[in-house]
Amino acid sequence: MSTSATVLPVGRVDPTLPRAQRLALLAVAAAAIRRRELEMVYRAHLGHVGGDMSAADIVTVLLLAVLEIDPVMPRSPDRDRFVMSKGHGSALLYAALAARGFFDQRLLTEYLAPLSPLNGHPDAKKVAGVEANTGPLGHGLPIAVGMAIAAHMAESPSRTFCLVGDGELQEGSNWEALMAGGHRALHNLTVIVDRNGLQQGAGTEETSRLEPLADKSRAFGWAVAEVDGHDLGALLDLFENLPLESGKPNFVIARTHKGYPISFMRDRVEWHHKVPSAEQLQAALEELG
Amino acid sequence: MTAVTKNVELMDCRDAFATAIEELAAEDERVVVVCSDSVGSSKLVGFKERFPHRLVNVGIAEQTLVGVAAGLANGGKRPVVSAASCFVTARGLEQIKVDLAYTNAKVVICGMSPGVAYGELGPTHHSLEDIAWLRAIDNIAIVVPADPVETGQSLRSALAHDGPVFIRVSRMGVPRVYADHYEFQLGKAVRLTDGDDATIIANGTMVSRAVEAARALRERGIGCRVVSMPTVRPLDVDEIVSAAAETGAIVTVEEHSVRGGLGGAVAEIVVGRCPVPMEIMGFAGFAPTGSAEWLLSHAGLTSAGIVDSTMEVVGRKEK
Repeated sequence: MSTSATVLPVGRVDPTLPRAQRLALLAVAAAAIRRRELEMVYRAHLGHVGGDMSAADIVTVLLLAVLEIDPVMPRSPDRDRFVMSKGHGSALLYAALAARGFFDQRLLTEYLAPLSPLNGHPDAKKVAGVEANTGPLGHGLPIAVGMAIAAHMAESPSRTFCLVGDGELQEGSNWEALMAGGHRALHNLTVIVDRNGLQQGAGTEETSRLEPLADKSRAFGWAVAEVDGHDLGALLDLFENLPLESGKPNFVIARTHKGYPISFMRDRVEWHHKVPSAEQLQAALEELG
Repeated sequence: MTAVTKNVELMDCRDAFATAIEELAAEDERVVVVCSDSVGSSKLVGFKERFPHRLVNVGIAEQTLVGVAAGLANGGKRPVVSAASCFVTARGLEQIKVDLAYTNAKVVICGMSPGVAYGELGPTHHSLEDIAWLRAIDNIAIVVPADPVETGQSLRSALAHDGPVFIRVSRMGVPRVYADHYEFQLGKAVRLTDGDDATIIANGTMVSRAVEAARALRERGIGCRVVSMPTVRPLDVDEIVSAAAETGAIVTVEEHSVRGGLGGAVAEIVVGRCPVPMEIMGFAGFAPTGSAEWLLSHAGLTSAGIVDSTMEVVGRKEK
């Protein structure tokens, strides 16, 4: 059992570095963020490990390599916005924000502690870098549409990225927002679906079918791309070449695995919010290297 | 649609809203309006002509309506949401709680045509619970203006407020209560008449009726203090405690359910700070079929009804 927390590398991955070097740095960061997330959940005895592991590569690439954000000026008007609509992924979000330098990573040990700013669902009033208070599913996408409209109105370069869970798409508010976003041709808006195929208790397709998700979103006026949500290079290339089509918002279906890459968590629905034992934590950390 | 504004002396507060929002938009380019289809019933045709790019119509989608407003606020805009009160407060309630109140988003929601303004359209379209469920949520100011003057001023005040504000904008015809030089202050009640025997606390469409009732009561030898309480939160606690302590009996009257609205807010203060006999006037349940005006009469929300309730509560006081 490790007693000291994983140390996160802090700062943006330098965009002027060669691609291979950037990807190597992102791989190191993603592994460290996953390790730190597991340690946080273990310590707090609460969290959503499975979905955090599935979204970790997406969030790492966005926060460390793609988003134009500045921890020194977290409210800069023209900043890019990242909305973590699956707000139960708070441990992942906090670890990634700390890695980007929004706050001291020592704060992560206070995850879920009494009076900690690091609540089970993120609070923008208390945590720098958090853009929206999410938690109830289906809230982030409408907010992201509003952010993208504001940027359009202001002719700002600001882009908005919204990460939604796949099960989350069963909430009707998402489809209201997809309609509104498609109607307004918000090409500065990108939705990423963490398509791990599992919701809290079962698969999405056996619960309330989402497929054919690409066709549905295309029919709502969005340009659609599918990507391996654990392929850092593919994610980086995709996010650096937006919009997918001119005059359309971007709908990215990121194929992921719940619990990835931990062997005993991967694609196991019980790891939605199961807390690892000391032995499981140790085994997972060893797998992450 | 019920033609509620039949009397030429009565005014539709939505017109004051329309005038005020155009003025405020002209003054501050950050002001945008967000609506859910209801451009006409929100009286936004003029705004749309003057500021076509600052009207965000999300379609008939109240959850997205509120969420988009929160996103616009994050993006530096000052959004004013305009939508039928019954729909925006009920369908968008979780978004109001999380995206606005918990986030402290600077968004103004104008709940249009509240209470029983939609008359014969029935309880699906009545908004008799809006104040109650918003009052249960922390950190959102709640304003129920009495007339066009107060409607316009409260909108200006709301846009200057550091947090979310809900304003109920009536379509029921109301006479003018306030002069032009009236100055609305968020959280401040207004004493309209003096009297020692009882206090009538009213807001919205009931304020003019309360003043009328006080006149009738005076002829019967009962002196009534009439307090207009446009702000249900933050509540003017001192004014309520003074009313209880100095007049010994309180009647509240509102175009809302008797559960959890202005009456509930006043009662929460009275019971803890200065218990006196109280009567809460409003709607006891879902309203039957009828025009808005008829429904108010049917529920006793007339000056005569207020007189009766006041006599009753004064009688209890004297026991």
